[in-house]
Amino acid sequence: MAAQQEHKFKVIGTRPIRHDGVDKVTGRAQYGADINLAGLLHGKVLRSPHAHARIKSIDTSAAAAMPGVKAVLTAQDFPEIGPGMAAMGELPINPQHMSLNCIARDKVLYDGHVVAAVAATSPHIAEEAAKLIKVDYEVLPHVQSVVEAMGDKAPILIPGLGKGEDGEPTDTNVANHLQFARGDLAEGFAAAEVVIEREFDTSMVHQGYIEPHNAVAQYSSDGQSTIWVSTQGAFTARDQTAFVLDMPPSKIKVIPAEIGGGFGGKIPIYYEPIALMLSKHTGKPVKMVMSRADVLKATGPTPGSHIKVKMGADKDGKITAAEVWMAYEAGGFPGSPVGAGCMCVIAPYDIENLQIDGYDVLVNKPKTAAYRAPGATNAAMGSETVIDELAEKLGIDPLEFRRINGAKEGTAQPAGPKFGQIGFLETLEAAKDSDHFKSELPQVEGRRVGRGLASGFWFNAGFQSSATVAINTDGTANVVTGSTDIGGTRTSCAMIAAEVLCLKAEEVHPVVADTESIGHTDMTGGSRVTFATGTAVYEAAQDVLKQLKERAAKSWKVDADKVVFQDGVFTCTENGNESMGLKELAGKLPRTGGPVAGRASVNPRGVGPGFATHVVDVAVDEETGKVDVLRYTAVQDVGKAVHPSYVEGQMQGGVAQGVGWALNEEYVYGEDGCMQNTGFLDYRMPTCLDLPMIETVLVEVPNPGHPVGVRGVGEVPIVPPPAAIANAIYNATGVRMLDLPMSPPRVTKAILEKNG
Amino acid sequence: MKKVHVQTTVNGEETEFLCEPRQSLLEVLRDVVGYTGTKEGCLTGDCGACSVILDGRPTDSCLVLGVEAEGKDITTVEGLADGDTLHPLQKKFLEHAALQCGICTPGFLVTSKALLDRNPNPTEHEIRYALAGNLCRCTGYDKIVRAVQDAAAEMQGR
Repeated sequence: MAAQQEHKFKVIGTRPIRHDGVDKVTGRAQYGADINLAGLLHGKVLRSPHAHARIKSIDTSAAAAMPGVKAVLTAQDFPEIGPGMAAMGELPINPQHMSLNCIARDKVLYDGHVVAAVAATSPHIAEEAAKLIKVDYEVLPHVQSVVEAMGDKAPILIPGLGKGEDGEPTDTNVANHLQFARGDLAEGFAAAEVVIEREFDTSMVHQGYIEPHNAVAQYSSDGQSTIWVSTQGAFTARDQTAFVLDMPPSKIKVIPAEIGGGFGGKIPIYYEPIALMLSKHTGKPVKMVMSRADVLKATGPTPGSHIKVKMGADKDGKITAAEVWMAYEAGGFPGSPVGAGCMCVIAPYDIENLQIDGYDVLVNKPKTAAYRAPGATNAAMGSETVIDELAEKLGIDPLEFRRINGAKEGTAQPAGPKFGQIGFLETLEAAKDSDHFKSELPQVEGRRVGRGLASGFWFNAGFQSSATVAINTDGTANVVTGSTDIGGTRTSCAMIAAEVLCLKAEEVHPVVADTESIGHTDMTGGSRVTFATGTAVYEAAQDVLKQLKERAAKSWKVDADKVVFQDGVFTCTENGNESMGLKELAGKLPRTGGPVAGRASVNPRGVGPGFATHVVDVAVDEETGKVDVLRYTAVQDVGKAVHPSYVEGQMQGGVAQGVGWALNEEYVYGEDGCMQNTGFLDYRMPTCLDLPMIETVLVEVPNPGHPVGVRGVGEVPIVPPPAAIANAIYNATGVRMLDLPMSPPRVTKAILEKNG
Repeated sequence: MKKVHVQTTVNGEETEFLCEPRQSLLEVLRDVVGYTGTKEGCLTGDCGACSVILDGRPTDSCLVLGVEAEGKDITTVEGLADGDTLHPLQKKFLEHAALQCGICTPGFLVTSKALLDRNPNPTEHEIRYALAGNLCRCTGYDKIVRAVQDAAAEMQGR
């Protein structure tokens, strides 16, 4: 763990061309939908047109009779999974809910819930056949707002979800309530000079990955099955599929294809078990590719929420108390990221008296999934705008206000544990020093312009990873990991191995393996790959180095501790300082005892949290309510940046998603509970023309818990944008926006209300 | 469904195929002719992942029928490089780290090529305008725009 202090890095911190780059710019890279097998059938599903309904009967006969149709399945063809929790890696999961989310059995809980599946000789035939399936529904009243769903008269989605005082099941849509509390709230608020209390509503939004979900499955009659899929985790996809199909995980091999974006939304499974069951019933491989409308209607959005934030501060700007109440939409099944929201909201600040309540609430919308710092962005919209208002009322600069209260090493987090070495204050300093912060606000004719600032926190994750590193006889190395590569982690892992072995990044060949070719590795998520898998690669490379030293020692007939390795050369510290380059030694391996390969499996605990501070300038058209982002600067404590270009890319991408969340993106539901904007034309994500260049400032406070100082970098950059933009809109217009998105109609309405 | 015979040019090669009248050019390129570099993102012409150059114009191949390719000239991402020599756009996308997951990259490269073919020296705004029909969810577009600017400069010998 001492490497970061002792070494000046040679590879880490440089910007080599990514190893999978040429394949990805020439069209050769194989994503899930590109997989083709002999005899391939195509699967399509029928989905519920109702937000909430009981399935009375399903008639598949007309579909089954259609020429070209090879199988039609309903939930009756899938094993019925009983209640109870199981563990997937370190994460608790509910296999019954997972199964019912893949294919509904008795009830549909949202518009787009799968009720039946078809395999046919072409996707068009499968689609036509699915339309011939007749489902008799008893339509039930639906509920889509968390506040209504928590009320006494709300329709109940899953009966018996709660537990009464006697331990008996009760009917409620509140799947979970958690609370963090410390100090004395009343005392804290009494000590405040200014108290601000606001309520916020944020809309459900989607991760918006450009590649739709897919799966290709082949079932063998001996039960050994193979799934090719674009997933964030080959092992997690395997284990979830095994739970849903009640199979031993060892019977399923998942081969991860290239993945076209995930952002958390490709951790859950959707088509994997359906494709595998269709393959089992037809004896042929089956490919399924989801439509964009279905991706939006029925896969992993992140919750809308209702949030109340009350904070007080004394005249010196010290926050005296904070009270936060948050209810998040879980969707049709429990599991919103409200817990993470509770851990992150106000976490950048040292607050003695606080209470944070979080509620996970079922509503008739798709089951939510993780989305980049899940739960933290909507929470920060509440806390970071209230902080802006507190600072304003006290006449303190908002950046200075954050500095006064900012968390540092030793500060207790809302959830309890104390922070280790963190770089929040450093991000504030760097933001203050940025060209952007020191610049004059640009003027735009006919528009009101304003500047806003907000900070964000994400705790980052560790979890399990495995890696092997093998030396080739030409002196290059292969690195094998189980982490699917969404944004350049192959290269960051290869660079870590290259650093240890004094090779060039290009001399290390990284491979993402299937579930039978590497030890268990948890999903690509939680900003964990370069941290945790990077740790495994570092240790596996050290293992290689140790073996190479032993091999050199053997040839020099000395003890291994008499061999040092520096700048790619092994040198003997006795017997006349003999030396040998790594390449030379590698060439001799077959004749000096055989190949050298290192391995490591880790579950690292030294996770380094991430902090960000963003500055944004906006121009507001008061007539139309349109908000343009004129200039954006993202400052982040990234720990040691292994490949700075891809770190910047994570920050820029997070900002772009945050801008979309802030200004345009939302799920629009009709009175019937059905989603009305199921395409990219109406679910409006930022285009090239909507954004300026996104400036980045990398603050590198190394994480002592990682061999080269890595923190996670992927998630925290999505946290500040909505609050920063809301604060900028206030600065421009004097209007406090409390709801997301801050779309033109909402902004116009708020301005009209202010002007009476 | 009865198939139709179509004769066309893909990446400079005379190509003929049989397709159903309902099959999109995207489906034909991917599943019949075998150019899977062209990606499906939405099938509604909103994301640009399926962009090809059709008789000189950047086109969403999901909005064109396979039968409409008769007699046309089509360039896909597979047609950009000259053997092992990458097109300057491909090279600059790699140098600038202008891709993360890479699913939108073929569409961006093809659309950028169509832009530079007709406007070798575009301004930042012209680049953003030309690429506004291509969605990228990973990069925030910053590095993509810089890569196109740099490729244009290199192709102009600047």
